[in-house]
Amino acid sequence: MKVDRFSLLFLFIGLFLVAFVCITLGNMFYEQMMDIPTFISVVKEPVVINAILVSVSATTWSTLIAFFLGVPLAYFLARNDFWGKNLIEGILDIPMMIPHIIAGIALFAVFNSSGVIGAPLKTLGIIFQDDFPGVVVAMLFMSFPYLVNTAREGFKTVDPRLENVARSLGASHWKAFLKITFPLAFPSIFNGMLQCWARGISEFSAVLILAYFPRSAPILIYEWFTTFGLAVSRPISVLLILICLSIFALLRLLKWKRQ
Amino acid sequence: MIKIKKLHKSWKDFSLKNINLEVKNKEYFVILGPTGAGKTLLLETIVGFYSPDSGEIWIDGENVTNFPPEKRKIGFVYQDYMLFPHMTVKENVEFGLKMHGIPPVERKKAVNEALELTGLMHLRDRFPNTLSGGEQQKTALARALVIKPKILLLDEPLSALDINTQKKMRKELKRIHEELKITTIHVTHNQVEAFTLADRLAVMKNGTIVQVGKPKEVFHKPKDDFIARFVGFENLFKGKIVENRNGIARIDIGGIIIEAVTEKTGECTVGVRPDDIIISKSLFKSSMRNMLKGKITEFVDMGSLVSLTVNVDNTVFTALITRRSFLEMMLTKGSEVFLLFKASAVHVI
Repeated sequence: MKVDRFSLLFLFIGLFLVAFVCITLGNMFYEQMMDIPTFISVVKEPVVINAILVSVSATTWSTLIAFFLGVPLAYFLARNDFWGKNLIEGILDIPMMIPHIIAGIALFAVFNSSGVIGAPLKTLGIIFQDDFPGVVVAMLFMSFPYLVNTAREGFKTVDPRLENVARSLGASHWKAFLKITFPLAFPSIFNGMLQCWARGISEFSAVLILAYFPRSAPILIYEWFTTFGLAVSRPISVLLILICLSIFALLRLLKWKRQ
Repeated sequence: MIKIKKLHKSWKDFSLKNINLEVKNKEYFVILGPTGAGKTLLLETIVGFYSPDSGEIWIDGENVTNFPPEKRKIGFVYQDYMLFPHMTVKENVEFGLKMHGIPPVERKKAVNEALELTGLMHLRDRFPNTLSGGEQQKTALARALVIKPKILLLDEPLSALDINTQKKMRKELKRIHEELKITTIHVTHNQVEAFTLADRLAVMKNGTIVQVGKPKEVFHKPKDDFIARFVGFENLFKGKIVENRNGIARIDIGGIIIEAVTEKTGECTVGVRPDDIIISKSLFKSSMRNMLKGKITEFVDMGSLVSLTVNVDNTVFTALITRRSFLEMMLTKGSEVFLLFKASAVHVI
């Protein structure tokens, strides 16, 4: 590949960001490599394993909910122009714009055991405050816009006339969507799901306010950092990063093989 | 048979207005019109992608106005093919049969027949992005035909192809239509396409149908100035019939008198096709009633033909001449020439 000087200059400037990530995370991994026994002893702790499980399962749930609710919305927004569309799109972006701690307080007000939604659902046995559904809801609130926005852009790239042709060939609207539009938009939807999943697992502030328990990994890391310091909180951080990277790598591989 | 009755449809800033049309069984019907005339919107309304604001669409005696597209049994081919990019040629063709619940054995047979008909058998496992324009067009055609539609709608099917492939595909369309005899509506802005393929045609302008007839009728007897210009009457002049004797009229167009075969009298528009004009450097005896002397003011070399602009007493004519004749006569800007054309070649509107 031949790169001209202009591009090289831009690459040079941009490499500072790459270095920023590599130095920060590389240093953490390096420090941990120098202390493998602590890493092993910490990650074997049941409380750590439990926190990782809470994080992974809660973010998976929130991603699935975001998928089932967000994909139809993304399709609707991609295919229709109407008065107030910008307003709706703006509302959907709010969770990405506001401080997470504020989102957490807002969620707490609605989903706590005496809140507008929390109270009636409590009577059905669904409790959000300091319970697993609370972790899912906090993650969902903070992460679904990533899925909706990416999926919407994906649907926009699929020419609606492909659906038209499918319908003229005998497909119902549903079948045209499932056989044509959805598979063609799937790479974008998949990317949106990955972003949503990653955003969910990293959520701290909103989860902290609404559902401190069961402790998710970021909360446990914070707790151990403030109580025991860097040496004890770092192993669980490294473990969480390794799990995230493995899942991303596996999903990317599956997507690549499928393509 | 397809009948469209008093159809109105508004879409964004455009509307189809009072479309009345009847296409006979097994007919190859062409809708001709410039870009923005509403041809595609009309086809998309016929197939059911849009609901009309008012009016009715009847197919084989059944009112299908409120049927969804999947219930109309209409094959549709878009200008840019709209092949499903994630499916092979075979899967594209098979799609409609699957949607109609055809069992695998029959499906395989029908797909093979469609691929044979369109000469695509050797490309069955290829994806659309690896096909040429012509091959993609044939795939789209096979996909539409395999469901045995009652009607085939073709939206500018040849416009994205190069000239040679267009010629081949015109022949293919003709052959396939003769073989299958499916009622076909083909929209285009290309006169050659319309003239070669149509049993009958309609001309569209600004969302309305302005003339319906056999190609010869429309091309030689356009109803108004717009149609005349659109079907190739480049020489259009406002004039006045000063005398009409036994059906031969003498018409004054800005001081020049030309003769035409018509019964009309009074004010009129006169049209002459550039290819109906003969160019000569001297006068010769002929049956042609119109002989005008003028000066070449411009010429455009179009390959095998040369388009000449000739000023005749401040009235500008366009004429076509073969490149060979142009060179043999040593014509150039400023050359004096005679324009000769028959009275029957003059169309009076």
